[in-house]
Amino acid sequence: MIKKKVPSAVEALKGVESGMTLMLGGFGLCGIPENSIARLVALGVKDLTCISNNAGVDDFGLGLLLQNHQIKKMISSYVGENDEFERQMLSGELEVDLIPQGSLAERCRAAQAGVPAFYTPAGYGTEVGEGKESREFNGKMHILEHAFDADFAFVKAWKGDEAGNLIFKGTARNFNPVMCGAARITVAEVEELVPAGELDPNAIHIPGIFVQRIYQGERYEKRIEQRTVRKPA
Amino acid sequence: MSLTKDQIAQRIAKEVKDGYYVNLGIGIPTLVANYVQEDIAVEFQSENGVLGMGPFPFEGEEDADVINAGKQTITTLPGASFFDSAMSFSMIRGRHVDLTILGAMEVAENGDIANWKIPGKMVKGMGGAMDLVASAENIIVAMMHTNKRGASKLLERCSLPLTGVGCVKKVVTNLAVLEIRDNAFILKERAPGVSVEDIVKATAGTLVVEGDIPEMKF
Repeated sequence: MIKKKVPSAVEALKGVESGMTLMLGGFGLCGIPENSIARLVALGVKDLTCISNNAGVDDFGLGLLLQNHQIKKMISSYVGENDEFERQMLSGELEVDLIPQGSLAERCRAAQAGVPAFYTPAGYGTEVGEGKESREFNGKMHILEHAFDADFAFVKAWKGDEAGNLIFKGTARNFNPVMCGAARITVAEVEELVPAGELDPNAIHIPGIFVQRIYQGERYEKRIEQRTVRKPA
Repeated sequence: MSLTKDQIAQRIAKEVKDGYYVNLGIGIPTLVANYVQEDIAVEFQSENGVLGMGPFPFEGEEDADVINAGKQTITTLPGASFFDSAMSFSMIRGRHVDLTILGAMEVAENGDIANWKIPGKMVKGMGGAMDLVASAENIIVAMMHTNKRGASKLLERCSLPLTGVGCVKKVVTNLAVLEIRDNAFILKERAPGVSVEDIVKATAGTLVVEGDIPEMKF
């Protein structure tokens, strides 16, 4: 068994430098790598390019890095819910590349799978398709999208083992599995880290080969962005 | 009387058929789930990675790990499944989802839709909307007929940056049900108490009115 376990976020984030391109899992605040983000804040690395579906909220998630002016460029599909983000974008401090969510996911998966580029119909005829190669397949126009090229991927799983195998929970899965192995180094943080052999191999969502470092997160706030309930009948 | 947002959702719910997998956008589309007939089998997909979405949880039963694409806490129904974002869009791009219902800022008579950006003012992003409209065969737009300033949202050409081209075939507004065909909005139904003339006035794009236009039934 090849051991991937490291003691904490400190060791897991060794080698992260200013100017790097990072992938971060999560959808809204659901399934975000809270402990790796906290470590990025502590490291103070700057000029980061962050690939993440959303940009957190003002005081949590990637919003913490934005507040600290650590992000140079965001590549996302949806960035509402964050006033500081909007301010930095409109003032030109922050470069923003908005891309369709499915293309974002597929550009991660392409990087993971060693596929350099793919055609998709999403964004054809819109700003997103401008300047991109286009081609007709089966009577429908598609645009060429490229795999991402990232230095680190930070993902969060529910359970993991020392071999780097991961199991996700609920919709906290989202972009996390497709970012595993999609960057030069994948760092997984988990709520529960167990010895190899304790997870059922049939239940593994992401095999350890896609993960270079794994650690148990110190704490999880798991903040809910839109708490919505129904009244008892 | 023009329809409320709930009534728009109620009318759209009639388009949801037995055996459909349906993706609901944020806003009025989310309300559609409340009005789908109980005797048909329908599963709701949310692009953040759940199929078989149920109602909102009761207080105290919220799970931070189970949300919809609007980031609201949800529950799941028997038969539900979770999956990653790439698989979610395989369902969408691969046309396994039967019906997409989403909101819009503008729709044009050629089927173009704009709903993600107002240059210089509002830039929230397209989320999954561009993937959804580019791939789905069956798209219904749910929106108000006019904007807050009273200007028509059904236009000859969209003025805002596009989300997708030539993809919308049906629009349900607070005033009418319309189909898009041959570069025109075809008026199919009126909201109760709303006259054809009211709809003509509120529609900037080409509107075709053929024969008697029935009132909507719920």
